[in-house]
Amino acid sequence: MNSQPLLEVRNLSRHFGAVKALENCSLLVRPGEVVALAGDNGAGKTTMIKTLSGVYPPSSGEILIEGRPVKFSSPQEARELGVETIYQDLALADNLTIGANIFLGREPMKKLFGFLPVLDRKRMADAAAETMARLDFHVKRLDAPVSNFSGGQRQAVAIGRAVYWNARILIMDEPTAALGVPEQRKVISLIKSLKAQGRGVIFISHNLQDIFAVSDRIVVLRRGIVAGERAISETTHDEVVKLMIGG
Amino acid sequence: MMDIPTMTTSDEKSVAPQADHAEVSKTFVQRVAQLRAWLFLAALIVTFEIWARLSFGGTFVLSAFNWQSVAVFAVAPLLIAIGQTYVIISGGIDLSTGFIMGLAAVVAAHVTNIAGLYFPAPVAMLIGIAFAVLAAGVPGVINGLLISRLKVPPFIGTLGMFGVARGTAFLLASGTTVPVSNSWLAALGNGRFFGVPYLVLVAAAFVLIMHYVLSQTRFGQHNYAIGANVQAARRAGIDIKKHILKLYVLSAMCAGLGGALYAARFTAGAAQAGEPLLLDSVAAVVIGGASLFGGSGSIIGTVAGALVIAVIQYGLVFLNVEPFWQFIAVGIVIIISVLIDQAQRRFSGGKQDE
Repeated sequence: MNSQPLLEVRNLSRHFGAVKALENCSLLVRPGEVVALAGDNGAGKTTMIKTLSGVYPPSSGEILIEGRPVKFSSPQEARELGVETIYQDLALADNLTIGANIFLGREPMKKLFGFLPVLDRKRMADAAAETMARLDFHVKRLDAPVSNFSGGQRQAVAIGRAVYWNARILIMDEPTAALGVPEQRKVISLIKSLKAQGRGVIFISHNLQDIFAVSDRIVVLRRGIVAGERAISETTHDEVVKLMIGG
Repeated sequence: MMDIPTMTTSDEKSVAPQADHAEVSKTFVQRVAQLRAWLFLAALIVTFEIWARLSFGGTFVLSAFNWQSVAVFAVAPLLIAIGQTYVIISGGIDLSTGFIMGLAAVVAAHVTNIAGLYFPAPVAMLIGIAFAVLAAGVPGVINGLLISRLKVPPFIGTLGMFGVARGTAFLLASGTTVPVSNSWLAALGNGRFFGVPYLVLVAAAFVLIMHYVLSQTRFGQHNYAIGANVQAARRAGIDIKKHILKLYVLSAMCAGLGGALYAARFTAGAAQAGEPLLLDSVAAVVIGGASLFGGSGSIIGTVAGALVIAVIQYGLVFLNVEPFWQFIAVGIVIIISVLIDQAQRRFSGGKQDE
């Protein structure tokens, strides 16, 4: 716990008119740390990740990346600073290959016959193979559209894209919610490998089992405030549930 | 016909590494679905050939004249269908193209005539074609702005433009057809190069360019992504508004070129030039393997789709069948095509587990 935090959120508030969706929330993510963000529906989890990923500007408070205060006005800016958000509904184009998804919006080109610019599909496929191998996902069908893959594999593609573009902080919104049990395990082990690579992960989940399986710390939100923060090793399911529902 | 099917498999596959090609185990249904336009085409040609031989001992397939006619027949709907392919892959639809084509034909006729007063015929012809394509771009820009900025659904926005373009075209033509007198334009529309009509050569060159753009450039790649998942495309940093705007301008300009070639073929511009072609063009795209839900389709498939329709239309005339049967035949092919597409969705992985 000696290293500088990757991401620090200080007294962040976000108001929508009179509604205080977040009030004075603080959060810290260190390199190689998985922080779970828990809370009931409407507790402010979504507002928190949308603020961190550049969708909403904060009403007040500060966001620091590696000690430097940052302000992002769009998800692109957040991404350029190394914050990548992986949404629950899988932000993939199902009809494209893994490589094409990894490079979506920044496709590499090459010259055919020395003058005609064409998409460099070989480079995309190679990068896809390498990235997926780094995540310990060995996919052989690199020329198939991602719709041919399972939910867990597609989740891995979304994570792979973030890893390829060097995201240091990954925000994952319910990454296991739509998956079967074996696939959930696979995603959990993916998160562990991200952690081993020294990246920071913010992990939003309803599933306490997953949270306890993979997180170092848990931050519980309740009605827009931080209701409590615990090291996973020093807390129990019951305590977390109490923090979530209050009382 | 054996080498053609490989071209219709989706673009991803043609260039990607082939090392583990055997592992890309497509189901039988998926294969049939991808090749359906070519299968229809083969079935039609065989049927018409047998029919021609049985009924009057002639040949349908072995006549060069028949193929020239089918190809010329296919040019105008194909040009519109190429723009429509891009739009449909993105998940939209462009209903205005038929009358944009008519508008462009009228503009081509007028401008070529006027330019003919000041310039030699070949220059006047080029000016006429350029103005036709540019004039077509105007309703395209309006379509694109309505859909991308003002969030008008494509179906409604382009339906409105359908009316506007139709009225404008008839007003410009004063309600009649506008004859053109330009020897070069007439030659372009009716001349041949080693037996191949110039119109077909122009269309073939255009097909190659548009196939390249769709399958090998970022613009094409983003088009597929937008059609599959607009959110994903937006999050990946693609400027959706700009892309959609370009898309409808492109579609309108394809129709504009179609209009200019119409004026060349008939040496006249008519507001109703493209009236029956709108639905034919959508049909060509769908028969060619695109899904109206967006995300799939290809230019090569659309070419096959346009040929299917042209072969049905010309073939039935050739066989002396009452023309009304054409509508029925094309309609049946569309329905079968969509049924195959649905079956493919059901059987191919990915979607059913959601």
